Formats: sequence, C-alpha cells, structure tokens
Amino acid sequence: MDHKALALTAAKARLLGVDMVYTAQSGHPGGSMSCMDVLTTLYFNVMNVDPKDPKNPDRDRFVMSKGHCSPAVYPVLALRGFFPVEELKKFRSIDGHMSGHVEMKHNPGVDMSTGSLGQGISTAVGMALAGKVAKKDYRVYSILGDGEVAEGQVWEAMMAAAKYKLDNLCAVVDVNGLQIDGKTCDVMPTEPLDKKFESFGWHVIKIDGHNFAEIEAAFAEAKTVKGQPTMILAKTVKGKGISFMENNAGWHGKAPNAEQFEIAKAELEAQIKELEG
Amino acid sequence: MGEKIATRNAYGKALAALADKYPELVCFDADLAGATMSKFFLEACPERFFDMGIAEGNMAGVAAGMATCGFKPFINSFAMFSAGRAWEQVRNSIAYPGLNVKVVGSHGGLSVGEDGATHQCIEDFALMRAIPGMMVLCPCDGYEMEQAVKALVEYDGPAYMRLGRLAVETVTDEIEGYKFELGKGATLRDGKDVTVIATGMNVQMALKAADILAEEGVSVRVIDMHTIKPLDEELVLKAAKETGCIVTSEEANVLGGLGAAVAEYLSGTYPVPVVRHGVEDEFGRSGVAGKVLEAYGITAEGIVAKVKAALALKK
Repeated sequence: MDHKALALTAAKARLLGVDMVYTAQSGHPGGSMSCMDVLTTLYFNVMNVDPKDPKNPDRDRFVMSKGHCSPAVYPVLALRGFFPVEELKKFRSIDGHMSGHVEMKHNPGVDMSTGSLGQGISTAVGMALAGKVAKKDYRVYSILGDGEVAEGQVWEAMMAAAKYKLDNLCAVVDVNGLQIDGKTCDVMPTEPLDKKFESFGWHVIKIDGHNFAEIEAAFAEAKTVKGQPTMILAKTVKGKGISFMENNAGWHGKAPNAEQFEIAKAELEAQIKELEG
Repeated sequence: MGEKIATRNAYGKALAALADKYPELVCFDADLAGATMSKFFLEACPERFFDMGIAEGNMAGVAAGMATCGFKPFINSFAMFSAGRAWEQVRNSIAYPGLNVKVVGSHGGLSVGEDGATHQCIEDFALMRAIPGMMVLCPCDGYEMEQAVKALVEYDGPAYMRLGRLAVETVTDEIEGYKFELGKGATLRDGKDVTVIATGMNVQMALKAADILAEEGVSVRVIDMHTIKPLDEELVLKAAKETGCIVTSEEANVLGGLGAAVAEYLSGTYPVPVVRHGVEDEFGRSGVAGKVLEAYGITAEGIVAKVKAALALKK
C-alpha cells in the first residue's frame, strides 16, 4: 500500500474510531487518534498477518500496551478484514464483547487483552521470548503511551527484553505529550526517553509519527537490528485529525456530543475525500 | 507415613522431572530459585528456565505472553510476591484472558519464621480465590505435591499453588484409596462426630488432633482439601450432613481462605456450625517457625480447641 493509501485507510479508521466513541458515549479518542498512523502502517504494510487465519502460530503479533486505545485497534482490525465493520457498533455495549479496553478472547485478531497500563509490554516481551525459544521467525510489535512509561513495570520489561536480546521485538512509544491530568512533562516527566531506552539496552529510532515514510523506514530499520530490541519514539499529536481534539488533554477519555461529532465527522470525511481524489 | 520433605522441594523435583516430557513447559523465577526450588528445573533444563530478576509483575506478564504462544509457564516466587506483589498482573494479564499460567507461591504462611511479617503471606488464598476462574491449591506433603504438579501441567488454565518452607511428614502415600484429583478433596480418616477440613501442612496437624480427640472419645473425620478453589462442594456437604459440624484449618488468615470458602458454601446450602482455625486477622512475627506457629495457635492443640468449640455449638 502506498503512503497515500495508508493515509486514506488511517483517516477511515479515525472516522470509525470517533464514531464508536460517540455511539458508546464513552471511550478514549485522543490517544487513539495519535497512534492511528503507526498502527495502520503496522497492520497494512509491516505485519505478517492473515485475517482468515488469525491464530496462525507463525504470524506476527501486536500488543496495544496502552489498552484504552481500543478505538484505534478495533477499527484497524475491522478494515484489515478480521471482522465486519458493523461489529464496531457493539463497542462498550453489554450486547457484545467489544470491551472498553482491548480484549482478545472475543475479538479476532487481538493478540492480547490489555488495559492496565505497563502490563502489555511485558506480554509482548513474553511473545518475543516464545519466538526465540520455539525458533520461529515471527516478529512482535507493541505500542505504549508516553504517560504509560511512568509505570515501573515498563522498565522491568525493558531490562528483560535486553537481557534476552529480543531483536524480534519492536515497540513504539506514542509520544503525544499529554495524559489525563495534563502535560506529561508536568504530571511525571519521562524525558529524555531516547537516553533512557538506550541506557536500558534498546536500539532507539526517533520519528514523526504522522509521516508514513518515516514510520515505514523505522520498522524496516528495526528488522535489521541484531541482538537487541528496537524502540521507536514516535512524536505525535494527541487527537490527530480532529481539529478541536488536537493537543487537548481533555479529549483523552471523553466522548463528543452530537454537535461535536458532526464537526469531527465532517473534518474526517473531507480528509477522506481529498485522499480519494 | 514417613519421609519428611518440604512441599517446595517436592515441587521443584516434580517439575524438573517433567521437563523432557513437555517441551512446552517453561519455568520462571524472580531471583529466588534456590529457595522456591525452581533451581531443580534450571538444572534439568536451563534452556527453558528464565530468571527475570526481582521483578515479579513483569515475570507474570512475560509468562502470559508466552502462554499465548502455546507454552506452559510456571512462575515462581515467595507467596508474598507472586500472589501479593504481582496480584494485579495475575488478575489482568493471566486470569482475565484465561491464560495457561501456573502461579506458584512458596514460603506461604507463618512458617517462613525468622524473616517475619513482610514475608509471611497469610493472604494468598483470599487474594487468589477472589479472582474469577482462578484455581487455588495447597498440597499437604511431598507425595501429594508430586501428583499436583503432574495434574497442573495437564490442566489448561490459570492456577495458583502454595508451597511450604518446612519439611513435613508425608502422610498421603499410605492412605488406602488415596487418589489425587484436582478439585476433589481426599478423606484421610473417617469419623462421625466432627469433620476437620484442612489444607497444606495443617492436614498433618488435623491428623494429630484427631488422634488426641480419639483418646477422649471423639470421632473426627479428616479431609485434606488440597484444592481450595474450586471447592469440592459434594464432599463438604456430605461431611456437614454426616458429622453435623465442621472445623476448617489453614495456615492463613481466617478471612477469605479455605474456612471462608466452606462457610460461604454451607451457609447457603446446609447450615451447620463451621469454626475456622487459622491466623486470627493479624500479622505474623519473627521467630523460629515452630515457635511462631505455636504463638499463633497453628498447632494440633489449636485444632483440638476449635473442634471442642464446634461440638459445643452442635449441641
């Protein structure tokens, strides 16, 4: 898929994601929009997955460590063909099993249930370790939030991945700079992330998380790294693609009202139209 | 009856002995392999042993990830840390997705001894029982532990198992008709006046208490409830109907563990007096293990007193 097609797919996923949150009247749009370009690139251009065979033992794996970003994961999986787009209507509804945080038992294509921050990355380390023990060639990907890295468990996972030289593991921090209580630099400063991850034994790549060429190049570079895991620090905009949500911590976990949804929908439809043209 | 062996030793040896038969078996520890006895697995199969350092939460998560790929992980630490420190990782990364990870907590209860309250986990049964779908085990001796490990390796799902620090007398190997089955208690001695339902090394205390009481003319049934969850309700109900009162015994807080499970079940089905023997909702203290147990009444004599209380309630 070329970069224009990726951008178009990501825009469609954003529209589905914000629609889900609006329909459920709850959910986390901000961080879902910020990581959508990275996630779309992973599922459409990087990962070896087959929607018809979601449990294939040789497939690449993905763990959304910031599990509240289900409005990114579910739409991308639906567009990739793992389940019908109509299923997204059951998001956060008692009538279905599309849980508020990413859930693996009922949703095809989801490799791990997440939601409690800091835990997903450990499971991704486990999947990568399993690949080494079983001598399989699959790769494991994971996205973390930059607020999430305040969890001590993330650093426990970093040490373990370096110890076992998991070069089949590539994680991404979605550096949007905002979390529930405000700016990450005020809530709990986590920078300099590059120096921290490097000192924990990871290969670090810094990119613009909305530039598809840079995203693809980073994943390609990660595949060439031997003997250590790779961390991609993707600078992003929280709420990306929806003007009033962009760079606003207030949209971390809030649903738009009818009026706001119409504005968001119009903006995303305009982006889709432009990319289709 | 005979050999004295700590259940942690029996566990380590049993797990190591299965390494060849199960290539998907993997073993984790958090820098306590020499104490949890996972070292036996390390010696038998170093390529499938992973020391994750002093980081129990991450260990639980890494094991969960491996389980999604078809491995059978056993994670090891002291009960305080595998059931306590890593509780939320066990709940959210292992039990909620229903993953096949066995969480093992050695040095459970007060018999840790000298290390004191920070390491004497009396809450593990309650903590693990409270998680939906979590199996909870506490085998009483080396022979039973060996059977439990074999059964757990075959069982597909999340489970917690407590191991003890002290060497304890092996009692189950010579009981006629004894057969280990997950979720099924074993009646080690029949009796008609009262039933003592015990778990872990309190089973041996219960047998001793039954001897003491026999001399006083009290006939005590002793049930070894190695599986605390799911509770063997059929066996508990039968005991309640046939002996009319129950004493539960565990080296754990009387809140939330085996005693609570039995009382919860019987209160809604066949209410009879249930007297709980265990730690009376207080922290432990440092001391030689035997002395600590004595100080908290975790002894055969402690069970005898509870049996008398139950019999008084029955009358």
